[in-house]
Amino acid sequence: MTSHTLKKNFDKLKEKKETALITYTVAGDPDKETSLEILKSIAKSGANIIEIGLAHNTPIGDGKEIQNSAHRAISNGILVKDLFDIIEDFKKNYSTDIIIMTYYNMILQFGADNFVNECRRTKVSGIICVDLPWPENKEFAEKCKNNSISFIQLVAPTTSKERLNKIIKDSHEMIYYISMLSTTGGDLKSSPEEILKNYNDVKNIDPSKKYVIGFGITENTISALKSADGLVVGSVLCKEITKSIKSGQNPVTNVANMIVKLKNKIQ
Amino acid sequence: MIEIKKGIPLIDQHDENGFYAGKFGGSYVPETLKKPIEDLTIAFEKLRYDESFLKERDYYFKNFIGTPTPFIKLENLTKHLGGANIWCKLVSKATGGAHKVYNATVHSLLAKRLGKKYIVGDTGAGYAGKMLSMAAAKFNLKCKIFMGTKDISRQAINCFSMKSFGAEIVPVDSGSKTLVDAVSECIRYWVANCDTTHMAIGSTVGPNIFIKICAWSTAQISKELKSQLISYFGSVPKKLKLLNCVGGGSSAAGFFNEFIDDENIELIGIEAGGPENGKHAAPLTNNCKIGVLHGAAQYVLQNSEGQIEETESIAAGLDYPGVSPLHCFLKEAGRARYTSASDEEALEAFKLVSRLEGFVSPSLEPSHAFAEAIKIAPKLSKDTILVVNSCGESSKDHNIIAEKLGYKL
Repeated sequence: MTSHTLKKNFDKLKEKKETALITYTVAGDPDKETSLEILKSIAKSGANIIEIGLAHNTPIGDGKEIQNSAHRAISNGILVKDLFDIIEDFKKNYSTDIIIMTYYNMILQFGADNFVNECRRTKVSGIICVDLPWPENKEFAEKCKNNSISFIQLVAPTTSKERLNKIIKDSHEMIYYISMLSTTGGDLKSSPEEILKNYNDVKNIDPSKKYVIGFGITENTISALKSADGLVVGSVLCKEITKSIKSGQNPVTNVANMIVKLKNKIQ
Repeated sequence: MIEIKKGIPLIDQHDENGFYAGKFGGSYVPETLKKPIEDLTIAFEKLRYDESFLKERDYYFKNFIGTPTPFIKLENLTKHLGGANIWCKLVSKATGGAHKVYNATVHSLLAKRLGKKYIVGDTGAGYAGKMLSMAAAKFNLKCKIFMGTKDISRQAINCFSMKSFGAEIVPVDSGSKTLVDAVSECIRYWVANCDTTHMAIGSTVGPNIFIKICAWSTAQISKELKSQLISYFGSVPKKLKLLNCVGGGSSAAGFFNEFIDDENIELIGIEAGGPENGKHAAPLTNNCKIGVLHGAAQYVLQNSEGQIEETESIAAGLDYPGVSPLHCFLKEAGRARYTSASDEEALEAFKLVSRLEGFVSPSLEPSHAFAEAIKIAPKLSKDTILVVNSCGESSKDHNIIAEKLGYKL
């Protein structure tokens, strides 16, 4: 077993027949303190798993909304140390599972061992590394596993059957299914039915694991996909933060309201 | 010490995971791109030995690019400096005016073979974009070029060419608004469109397959040079030094390729030392740390956190924070020597070479290589042969140069 809490979390949701709502926001967006408040409000509003982005300035998988958030965070001087401070503070009062999402160079420069140690110290449940695919991620995934942290494998519509089998075999409890060929936050290119069909084909390879769908999930598309184990919303939240800043509103309340709306749509 | 395997082409010195010397290169890409990269790898590894493909390549190299490009002695410059004999490989005489045409032509031919109708690429100086647009027009492919907004304004002449060739220029306004951001945006576009679109990364950077295709294409330069050396000197001269500017490193990789095994020949890569404010684009010269940029591990300008740092160079084509894993490998193996020339030195070199050898007219990128030649030639014996790759011609830079030199155009 890798992350005990993540496994328990999914088991509970299964009992209640609930779809996991997984959020993504960027650490330090718009600043360190507010991003912590955003995480707290997300947890209070009913999100089941929280992904937190460690921004990198040459991202090759992110769409415009997440790039904007990352840009704000980096401009405000966010450091890897700050990310762990935020998580540590959050975990003092909340038990919601935290997953870090980042690019490999950030882990490499911090030192893979240091990074995993800090994750364990601050009770992080999982890590997603956008540009560290299988099999390049084998060594790092193993390191995570040895520290009770889930390394979350990504699979895409372009992943071949042969690769899928191998990736899923090596995966930990949670797998991230990329809904379509896109960077984050694109418009859905296929119908929800089609996405679910492909999703179920992947899930059937090993139904004992949990599969979450991400990319292109918005207020409009989320309810049609609710039969998945979990759904990730990121760009829609980053956009909400951008909009709030531009209109002089409070991003903490606006993001919280959005979470309530999204959660209602999958209940 | 890292050993270079004798008799094996530079682009095949990597291990099964695409790493040179076990640590440079690789394919750090989002999962979505794994399959398209695998498909491209299989296709390229087959086609590079396929006779009909090679025939097609050679046909277009000859009839479209106009190879071989001239190899000439710079007599006035040699006399002026005293010391080594200075020769020049005038790659700038290739169709379009720079070495980028080789990679662009090969990628267009590959796209046709792969049945893709769309091709996308990145550009800094605008030459990679201009050549890809030109080749795309020739081979009936729809073309999009990603270019930083800073480069769009400083390389307007090449943008005009791209538009004339029917390409769409996608302005990239993020980060430093230069090549690094253009490459990121181009890869992101490919992530979303890899089912219909072929991507041509404009230099020997990116996931390993793109490094291989690019260096395989530019290797034409050293193949020509080798036979030109033999025809002028009877054999490859013993005291030979090859000088080439290095940004991403595509022209230098192609210029060095045929001479890797002959250790008598000194290979010198010249990076962009930048202006006097301390900024630069010279990761090899300045012993930068290894990091992952655009899908490959390489020496790269970055802060202690892993954020990629902004660069500055008068030469847009060298203004890149990373450098090809091939050059990292050659440096690590001690096979090539890397140094840098400043903006000012490059400008001075442009002035001197233009005044003495008017027809050479190097762009600001190879002016960096000339700067090093000017520095070392007087100290070398008269039987030493220096060959500089003048890999781009200067018309795209006339506005910048005129402004710096106080002329009004």
